[in-house]
Amino acid sequence: MSRRLRMWILAVGALGFAALFCAACPRLPAFGGDSHPYGERAVRAALAHRTANVVAAVNFDQRAFDTLGEESILFASVLGTVVLLRQTREEREVPPAPARVPLPVRRYALLLLPVALVVGLYVVAHGQLSPGGGFQGGVVVATALHLLYIGADYRALERVRPVGVYEIGDAAGEGAYLVLGLAGLVAGSSFLANTVIGYGTFNTLASGGIVPLLNMTVGMEVACAVVVLLARFLDQAVEIEEESGR
Amino acid sequence: MTDTLLLISLCAVAATATAAVLVRDPARQALVLSVLGLALAVLFTVLQAPDVALSQLAVGSALTPLLILLSVRKVRRRGRREEDGR
Repeated sequence: MSRRLRMWILAVGALGFAALFCAACPRLPAFGGDSHPYGERAVRAALAHRTANVVAAVNFDQRAFDTLGEESILFASVLGTVVLLRQTREEREVPPAPARVPLPVRRYALLLLPVALVVGLYVVAHGQLSPGGGFQGGVVVATALHLLYIGADYRALERVRPVGVYEIGDAAGEGAYLVLGLAGLVAGSSFLANTVIGYGTFNTLASGGIVPLLNMTVGMEVACAVVVLLARFLDQAVEIEEESGR
Repeated sequence: MTDTLLLISLCAVAATATAAVLVRDPARQALVLSVLGLALAVLFTVLQAPDVALSQLAVGSALTPLLILLSVRKVRRRGRREEDGR
């Protein structure tokens, strides 16, 4: 395709987008208004199930099925990465030499590790009460573990991070979400319905029915998935080398 | 006050996003991407979406740059080996 033709296609696409975008804009609600029909309904539904964080109520109660889809996307993409980045026959594992870490880096990384870990667990545990939740907290927990790679070296990280356990945790988190959904079905209403257990007291850890439980399973799945994902990338970047002479 | 904050954070997002496109070295790009993630997190916080801001901070500022840096390291290592082999 010549450059001229490509520019023409780009121009047609850009003009079409501009026309549709301009046509859509007048129908949008005004920026930053105080009333929003969907927002009001979502807040009412969240309060009815005694969930303080409305976003968590939307994610794990009103739109729990969407979250299952999102969780499965992460699960499937990590599975795909594991398959693609596996050690092939032409590659061999070379244990990396211990790295010299400057003392300040080591000190701050090891100091921050427990703090980041606790923050991550806090964000997971309080998903139904304050901003955050399983996804955000899970990523924080997983990246916090990797401060060990910065503060010490790859072998120290490998010692506290048996990848097999995290692979099982990833699958268990995904499975537990499905089981909780089926529990709703067994309890007599519908898949992922928030009717299995009581709603608890508003604004306490035990509130929102199955919202905190689903939140925990997502936290477990995301933390394990990110650890497995980073492990595969780290293996490729640090350990695995192509066999020479082929 | 809120409008000023909003304007500042929008400009920061635009500036860092442009910088992320203009920087051509992938390793530097990862660092600029991390700053862009931070600017986006600030913008989401100003727009009262702390949940999204947290996700952005965790994924955009920490995870994505890390994955890019690891990929760059792998590619560079392979390049170095091929040069040695010649």
